[in-house]
Amino acid sequence: MLFLALVSALAVHPAYADSVGDEFKDRISGNVQFEGTPLDGVLIKVSGQGYEAEVVTDAEGKWRVGVPSKGDYQVTLIEDTLPEGIAVLEGGSTQLVTVGPGGRVSKNFFIGEGERITVSLTDQVIARIIYGLNFGLMLALAAIGLSLVFGTTGLSNFAHSEMVTFGAITSLILVNVISMPIWLALPLAVVISGLMGWGLDAGLWTPLRRKGLGLVQLMIVSIGLSLAARYVYQFIIGGGTEQLPGATAPKMQLFGAVVLSWVDIASMAISLVAILIFAYWLIFTKIGKATRAISDNASLAAASGIDVDRVIRIVWILAAALAGLAGILWAYFRPGIKWDMGAQILLLIFAAVTLGGLGTAFGALLGALIVGVLIETSALVIPNDLKYVGALVVLIVILLFRPQGILGKKERIG
Amino acid sequence: MDWGFILSNTAAQLLSPATFAFALAAMGLALHFGFAGLLNFGVAGFMAIGAYGYAISMLTFGLAWWGGLLVGIIGAVLFAIVLGIPTLRLRGDYLAIVTIAAAEIVRLLFLTTAFTEVTGSADGLSGYHASFRESNPFAPGTYGFGPWQYNEIDLWVLTLGLAILIIATLFVWRIVKSPWGRVLKGIREDEDAVRALGKNVFAYKMQALIIGGVIAALGGFVYALPSAVSPGVYVTSLTFFVWTALLLGGAATVFGPILGAVIFWVLQAFLTNVLPELVKAGPLDFLTSQQSSTIRFILVGVGLMLIVIYRPQGIFGDKKELTFVK
Amino acid sequence: MPNKSLDLHVGEAKPGCAKKDPIMIVDKLTKSFGGLKAVDVDHLEIPRNAITALIGPNGAGKTTLFNLLTGFDTGDTGTWLFNGKKLAGVPAFKVAQLGEVRTFQLTKALSLLTVLENMKLGAKNQKGEKLLPALLPAIWKSQEKQVEEKAIEILKKFKLYEKKDDFAASLSGGQRKLLEMARALMIDPTLVMLDEPMAGVNPALTESLLEHILNLKSSGMTVLFIEHDMHMVRHIADWVVVMAEGKVVAEGEAHSVMKDQAVIDAYLGSHQELDLGEVTGRVNK
Repeated sequence: MLFLALVSALAVHPAYADSVGDEFKDRISGNVQFEGTPLDGVLIKVSGQGYEAEVVTDAEGKWRVGVPSKGDYQVTLIEDTLPEGIAVLEGGSTQLVTVGPGGRVSKNFFIGEGERITVSLTDQVIARIIYGLNFGLMLALAAIGLSLVFGTTGLSNFAHSEMVTFGAITSLILVNVISMPIWLALPLAVVISGLMGWGLDAGLWTPLRRKGLGLVQLMIVSIGLSLAARYVYQFIIGGGTEQLPGATAPKMQLFGAVVLSWVDIASMAISLVAILIFAYWLIFTKIGKATRAISDNASLAAASGIDVDRVIRIVWILAAALAGLAGILWAYFRPGIKWDMGAQILLLIFAAVTLGGLGTAFGALLGALIVGVLIETSALVIPNDLKYVGALVVLIVILLFRPQGILGKKERIG
Repeated sequence: MDWGFILSNTAAQLLSPATFAFALAAMGLALHFGFAGLLNFGVAGFMAIGAYGYAISMLTFGLAWWGGLLVGIIGAVLFAIVLGIPTLRLRGDYLAIVTIAAAEIVRLLFLTTAFTEVTGSADGLSGYHASFRESNPFAPGTYGFGPWQYNEIDLWVLTLGLAILIIATLFVWRIVKSPWGRVLKGIREDEDAVRALGKNVFAYKMQALIIGGVIAALGGFVYALPSAVSPGVYVTSLTFFVWTALLLGGAATVFGPILGAVIFWVLQAFLTNVLPELVKAGPLDFLTSQQSSTIRFILVGVGLMLIVIYRPQGIFGDKKELTFVK
Repeated sequence: MPNKSLDLHVGEAKPGCAKKDPIMIVDKLTKSFGGLKAVDVDHLEIPRNAITALIGPNGAGKTTLFNLLTGFDTGDTGTWLFNGKKLAGVPAFKVAQLGEVRTFQLTKALSLLTVLENMKLGAKNQKGEKLLPALLPAIWKSQEKQVEEKAIEILKKFKLYEKKDDFAASLSGGQRKLLEMARALMIDPTLVMLDEPMAGVNPALTESLLEHILNLKSSGMTVLFIEHDMHMVRHIADWVVVMAEGKVVAEGEAHSVMKDQAVIDAYLGSHQELDLGEVTGRVNK
């Protein structure tokens, strides 16, 4: 029906079944048996390329997962769903497969009697916290920009997440279409993102503010913009997932349960450096101080001679550049570039900004780290596909009880 | 290019359950935003509750179809109360963020594999039509003419959908023109002024939230009636589409939402039919057909921006009514 | 020359003095914002059926006091009685229903409604304002007619009748003030609290506004107003309360309070060496 067609472009999550993702041509399959006897009801998880699926073996021990594209995937057999006293003997319960040109690959686990190699809870928690910080640092880059835009202009910019996607797609085009080397393409993508921010403020936001549009109106304009941008991205790259080179670097076992690739580590380092540079700018440079002044009290700042419009323009450039960088890192984290990758984390960015304090940059950083860790550690206790709910609940609770966030100032009544 | 085919398909959409559902959702939102000034960006959540409430009542609890309808309504009331008690005192854009988050939570709960038995998670729910079809008052056959031809099941769905839409419209029109509506209009502009006149502002906002929410849930019900319930439908984009339809028609009017929904829907139907043809046979042959359908949504986004910037009062609205007060 | 009410107080005219017939009694009311004490009133009584002026330099806490007394803000400590009823913690709309009505510094004439609709909004106990009865016009139509008649009567008195079908947005600043006052009368209040009624009103309308305020008193209502316009205060106030730095520093009849040197200095700052804090007692000399 038209309704379904209307929203058919949106992501659909797969569910439990013995075969999942039938709409995809490529697939991973397997057969779980113990000494010749098929085991049913065993849970298998497949993840990779920004895609996750879960499947349960049928009465013949068979399972099949369709995957959206060729490449590397992790297949995990959840040992808790094996009968008592049975475990994966060799290779570990998580193994890598590669879906090659043939489009089909199978993965079987070596199962026998034995003790499960369980990972201690502390190791798991530590690993989760580190993954959370990784995600949180990336989220912070996006959140800081959103918070500063809000602080200086009062606008809740729903199109901010599309600037995140913009960075990723721009780097994709530079690398794939223009065949630029990656060490040049990525910084250039960040610069282009900054330019896009300049263009948006010069061409859209400042004229609208001068026209006298209220904040609610501007917010809805940003919603329209986010809708249009999202579908322009889909127009350009279609509904599938693309990868940047190096996205599927192998994961290394570092310590405990922490498994990261060198790309993950580099991402964290880049995020950290970017945040530090930004912090220096905000605290020590004249424009940074002016930004904080305007966030605090715009009319007072203007009265003391600060060129508010110019500062706002610079804030937009920075916010867009940071968001673009966040997009590139998000492309490596997922991994994968998709038309709605920014939209996926829009609410998380808002959660981070609101938690930390709308209008403060350090609040956004703090909020993002907390949201990142919260999401990853909550996956230990609640089902994986509900892990964003934790962040959303935090968002609502914060707005109810402490709307100024952790670092924000309470607004005076009257 | 078979214009006859295109126009006929488009015209058929004028009377379709989807159009009625959309009109109901827009009407509910009109009460929230147009009349009470509440920035409800969780419309999709209310619609999901109406649809899932209906389907689950029949599949899991074996209720009759009107029992399912009732469950959807009660669900919407509860959601509105739970949502409203803590949030109605929030500032405009904060309320927008909270309602989006709440609707996303609702959708994720319907989507999670943890509740698969009841919700069907990603596959959604279907096959719940028996009770509804059994109570069909129309004899089997074909009704109507031209592009508007239906069998007895479709006719039953359309009749019920239209009836609900008419009742909802009358209800809203009545209360909006009454002293109750006058208080709401005052609240929309300046709560404190109305408070100083002795009116319980919170109670009015909550009432508006509940009624608008129920009407939006009825939209979800009407949509689910003839087809299936799928969590991929009730996403934030759906809320944004409803907002676009509402602002197009005129947020602070009674007939604006209906007009806006119809125009929005018919335009979408027209583009769905025309664009692929233009790709195949005409000037847009450098695009893929995938891309041609994406253009529709880009236009919605751009359309929303243009409406808000240049004609915020919509087609029916009065400029003096200041759709966006602050 | 208006008929001034005299002899309202008991004993000496000093801050916190008792009144013969108080409509409002305030005790130990404080409100702080951050570290700043905006209101710190030990004792204050407002005389019934009189016009009391609340004056003081900017930032003295006058509007905050209004907000506290009408339920628009909550005090940190203190109690206040209105006609013997405790009001601490009572929400603003209930305070209005009890008969204590206020206007705002920045006029809140509802621009989206017509003048007549603004007025009808003010009426009390309208059946049609409840959700279910609203559905059946038969229930509220006759009451609506009565409300409209009352509104038209008041509009005529305020000379706003010709504008009854215009949107309030089209009124001038002074006309909006009149509308706010007229609308407040629809509730049949006992205590009318006006926050700077003269602010932004062109001098031609001032006389008219003053007349209306005097009429409130002759209709049996009590008036408490904040003002900076000393002519107005001298002209119509029966009693004057002076606030500075959140405290009540002087009370008395208009002419005597004006002569209080410290009060003059607080306003005009002619004796710059006198710290306002010494006047209020914050600084002990």
